[in-house]
Amino acid sequence: MKIDLNSKRALVTGATGGIGEAIAKALLEAGAEVVISGTKVEKLEKLEAELGSEGKVIPIPSNLGSPEDIQNLISQTTEIDGGIDILINNAGITRDGLLLRMHEDDWQNVMEINLKAVMMLTKGMLRNMLKKRWGRIINITSIVGSTGNPGQSNYAAAKAGLVGFSKSLAQEVANRGITVNCLAPGFIETEMTNKLSDERKKILVNNIPMQKMGRPEDISFPVLFLASEQASYITGQSLHVNGGLAMI
Amino acid sequence: MDEIASRVRAIVVDHLGVDEEAVVDSASFIQDLGADSLDTVELVMAFEEEFEVEIKDEDAEGINTFEDAVNFIKKAQSE
Repeated sequence: MKIDLNSKRALVTGATGGIGEAIAKALLEAGAEVVISGTKVEKLEKLEAELGSEGKVIPIPSNLGSPEDIQNLISQTTEIDGGIDILINNAGITRDGLLLRMHEDDWQNVMEINLKAVMMLTKGMLRNMLKKRWGRIINITSIVGSTGNPGQSNYAAAKAGLVGFSKSLAQEVANRGITVNCLAPGFIETEMTNKLSDERKKILVNNIPMQKMGRPEDISFPVLFLASEQASYITGQSLHVNGGLAMI
Repeated sequence: MDEIASRVRAIVVDHLGVDEEAVVDSASFIQDLGADSLDTVELVMAFEEEFEVEIKDEDAEGINTFEDAVNFIKKAQSE
């Protein structure tokens, strides 16, 4: 049994990050057309060239902190005939700091991009999925949304918020052939985790039963599965991919 | 029967899978025709497309019966 996403179109936000790039690649290999969105135009163009297979990759630069950019991304993708079938809300930022030192902006920016933008984009894409009686919405959350993490009260709150959002929406649209799920990565080798000090990484890895960090590909295949026809009976769930770091 | 009403009726019949005779003027989508709340949103989307009108969320809330829908569309088209 093969995962076949021919004739489906996906949107991956935060596509220039390590995990986003791997997800875009996996969807493309399964036959989907993929709209890649990211803030950095050069990186987006580079990724398009790297992936570039017969016009099946459509780059749309957008900053999800800007309501205008979100609206633009929605109108540009819904204008394409057939719209978006698979929405991967992967974009996310961190503004780490102990709560006592956290500025309101650090909270606000994380909520805007990691939570509010997901609501706006999902709402924008839902119309088309309802019409087709088929859709996949996959929100990339995080292990810290379940476990918490010192210094990440804002990020963990936004990620936990996404879980409640996904479960509610999953119930609203379940009988319309649309599934809504979360994929919660543990510690994956990406730019986001590269910011951690070597010492901190060593401590983290020691706590992982598998004694290693995950690779972006460890996330992209489970995402591809959730996007597939074969996963049509799975909705409102969180799939944790973390090398055993938390067993939830 | 006028043309708008018959187009609205066709959408309702198609979307909710009910008999044409059940779609009387006073028929409430939810109470009489078995729609759930998402069905009513989808009906409004279908009306918007069929008649090329924009139905704002606050207006959509006032469209509960077949008659409401026909009247709203007639009014929107005459504006």
